[in-house]
Amino acid sequence: MGEIFVVVEHREEEIREITFQMLWKANELAQALSHSLTAVLLCDNGEAFVPEIGDRADRVILVEDESLKNFSAERYKEILKGLIEEYNPFLTLMGHTPWGMEFAPALSIKTGLPLATDCVDILIEDGNPKVIRQIYNGKLFSKVSFKASEGYLITQRPGAFPTDKVGDRQGELIKKEIPADIPEPRKQFVEFVDTAAGEMDISQAEFLVSVGRGVGEEENIKVVQDLVDTLGGVISCSRPVVDKNWLPKFHQVGTSGKTVKPKVYLALGISGAFQHVAGISGAGTVIAVNKDKKAPIFRVADYGVVDDLFKVVEALKKKLSA
Amino acid sequence: MNIIVCVKRVPLTQEVDLEIDPSKRDVRSDMLAYVMNEWDNYAIEEAILLKEKLEGTVTAMTIGSEDDEEVLRRCLAMGADKAIRVDPGTLELDSFTISKILAAVIKGLDHDLVLTGVQAEDNNEGAVGIMLAEHLGLAHSAVVVGIEPEGNEATIRVELEGGIDEVSKIGLPAVLSIQTGINEPRYVSIMGIRKAAKKELNVIELGELELSEDDLLTRTTIEEIFLPPETEGAEIIEGDASTIAEEIIRIIKEKGVSI
Ligand SMILES: Cc1cc2nc3c(=O)[nH]c(=O)nc-3n(C[C@H](O)[C@H](O)[C@H](O)COP(=O)(O)OP(=O)(O)OC[C@H]3O[C@@H](n4cnc5c(N)ncnc54)[C@H](O)[C@@H]3O)c2cc1C
Repeated sequence: MGEIFVVVEHREEEIREITFQMLWKANELAQALSHSLTAVLLCDNGEAFVPEIGDRADRVILVEDESLKNFSAERYKEILKGLIEEYNPFLTLMGHTPWGMEFAPALSIKTGLPLATDCVDILIEDGNPKVIRQIYNGKLFSKVSFKASEGYLITQRPGAFPTDKVGDRQGELIKKEIPADIPEPRKQFVEFVDTAAGEMDISQAEFLVSVGRGVGEEENIKVVQDLVDTLGGVISCSRPVVDKNWLPKFHQVGTSGKTVKPKVYLALGISGAFQHVAGISGAGTVIAVNKDKKAPIFRVADYGVVDDLFKVVEALKKKLSA
Repeated sequence: MNIIVCVKRVPLTQEVDLEIDPSKRDVRSDMLAYVMNEWDNYAIEEAILLKEKLEGTVTAMTIGSEDDEEVLRRCLAMGADKAIRVDPGTLELDSFTISKILAAVIKGLDHDLVLTGVQAEDNNEGAVGIMLAEHLGLAHSAVVVGIEPEGNEATIRVELEGGIDEVSKIGLPAVLSIQTGINEPRYVSIMGIRKAAKKELNVIELGELELSEDDLLTRTTIEEIFLPPETEGAEIIEGDASTIAEEIIRIIKEKGVSI
C-alpha cells in the first residue's frame, strides 16, 4: 500500500487552514488510490496539535524538538528528506504559502523528486499524478504532468479545497527523533511584526469599495474616495495600490492583507488574482467593474459590469446627488 | 557587495484576449506586448539600492532569446553594471531546468547576494529562486520585503499571511526571492536605455556551461492549456451608464446596506 504525506503547517500554536485543506484533498486521493494518509508534523509541542489532525490521518509522524518552535526551511528540508527516504510516499503535499514556497523547491532539489507548485487540483490518470494549475494570473489553466519518479511533490493553493473534516481515520502516532547531524540553519528567526494594523479595521466594514491597479494613477484614488464619501462605505484596495503607496497597508484585501466580510464588496479595476479573492470569500455580494470581460474576478463575482470604472463611478455619483 | 539579479520578460495579459496556439501548450505570442516581470522590477531596484549604499556590482541575468535582451537593457538603464543572457536555443524550460542553467552561470561569478522575483507573471510557479539556492548550496528565503546587510549576514523581513512579517537573520551569501512593494522602482526613460547600450551584455550559449543531459531535462511538462471551465460566474449588468448605476445602487440597498 502506498502512502500520501501531508506536511502540517502551523504558526504560534495554531494549525493553519491550508493543512486541513491538504488533508481534505489527500483523503480523496488516498481513497481513490487505496493509499494510507500520513500527516507529518514538525514542531516543539505535538500535544497541542495531534488531537486536531489525528482523526484526519491514518498516521501522524511527529518530530518534536525545541529547535522546531519556529519554522525553518532548512530544518524542514533535512527532516523531510529523511522521512521521504524512509517511507517513500507517492505524493507529498505542502502549502503554496510563503513558508511552503521557501522549503518545497529546495526539498525537490535535495530529494531529486519533481515538484509542481500552486496546484488547484490533483488528478490521477493511469496511475500517474497530474495537476491543474492557473497561469497568466488565472486567465488560463494548464494541465501538468511529471517526469516519471518514485514520488512527487506538490504545493497546493490555499482555498482550492474545503477545510471540513472528511473520512474517518484513526491517526496512529509515530514519534521520530530529529536527526542528530542536522546542520545549524543559516537563517534564524527573530520576531513577528504586524504591519496591517492601522487607524481602521476594514474587516469590520459592511460595505467596501475596493480599488485595484485599474485606477491607473494616484490622483484617481480621490475620485473613488469621493464616491465612497457619498455612498457611506469604506475604501479598500488590492496589493499594487499599497505597493505604490497610494493607500496605506491597512486598506489591503487579500492573503497578505486583510480577510473581509462585508455585505457588499464593490471591486473597481481589480483582476481577481487568487491572493486577492482569497480575502473576499466571506463577502455577501461581490460586484465587479472591469474593462476586461475575461478578467478572473468575474468568475467569483455575483454581478459584473464590463466597462470603464470611471464611467461607472461618475454615473453613481450623479445618481446619488440627484 | 556583489549582487546577481535574475529577471524575465513576460507578456502583458491584462485586457488581452489570450488565444491558445495550435500546439495547445502555449498562447499565441504574435499579438502580445512584453514587459519585465513585475516582481523582477522590484528585485533589480533593490539590488541597485543596496549597491548605492554598500558599493559593489550588480549583474542582471536572463535566459532567453535576443528579444529578451530588452529587459536586460532596462536593468542596465536602471543602474546594473553588466548583463548576461543565456541562450537556451530550443530547449524546453521549466523551473528545474531554468534554475540549473542559472546556477551553472552563477557558480562562476562573484556573489554575496542573488535576487529573483517571488514568481513570474506568466507561469506563476514561484520556484526558480529557491531551487537555484539549493543547487548553489546557499541560505535562502522567499517573499522578502526587507533586506539590511551587516557584515556577513543580513536582517531580512519575509511577508507572511495577514500582514504579518517575519524578521530573521540570514548568513550571506544568500538567495532571496523579492516581493512587490519592497521599494519604489525607479523610472526608466528611453534616453536612459539608449545610454545604457554601451554597457557590457554577454551572451552565453548552453554548450559553454557545465551541464549534464539530466540537468537539461524538465521535471514537469505542460500537457495542455485551456480556458477556465465555465462556471456560473457573475450576472452581467448591461445598459448605459445610468442604468448600470441604478442597478448597482438597487443591489447595494437590497443587500441591506444603507446608503
Ligand atoms: C505572496 C503573494 C501575496 C500576495 N498578496 C496579495 C494580497 O493580499 N492582495 C492582493 O490584492 N494581491 C496580492 N498579491 C498580488 C496578486 O498576485 C496580484 O498581482 C494583484 O492582486 C493584482 O492586483 P490588481 O487586480 O489590482 O491589478 P491587475 O492584476 O493589474 O488588474 C487590474 C485590472 O484592472 C482592469 N482595468 C484597467 N483599467 C481599467 C478601467 N479604467 N476600468 C475598469 N477596469 C480597468 C484590468 O482589466 C485588470 O483586470 C500577492 C502576490 C503574491 C505573490
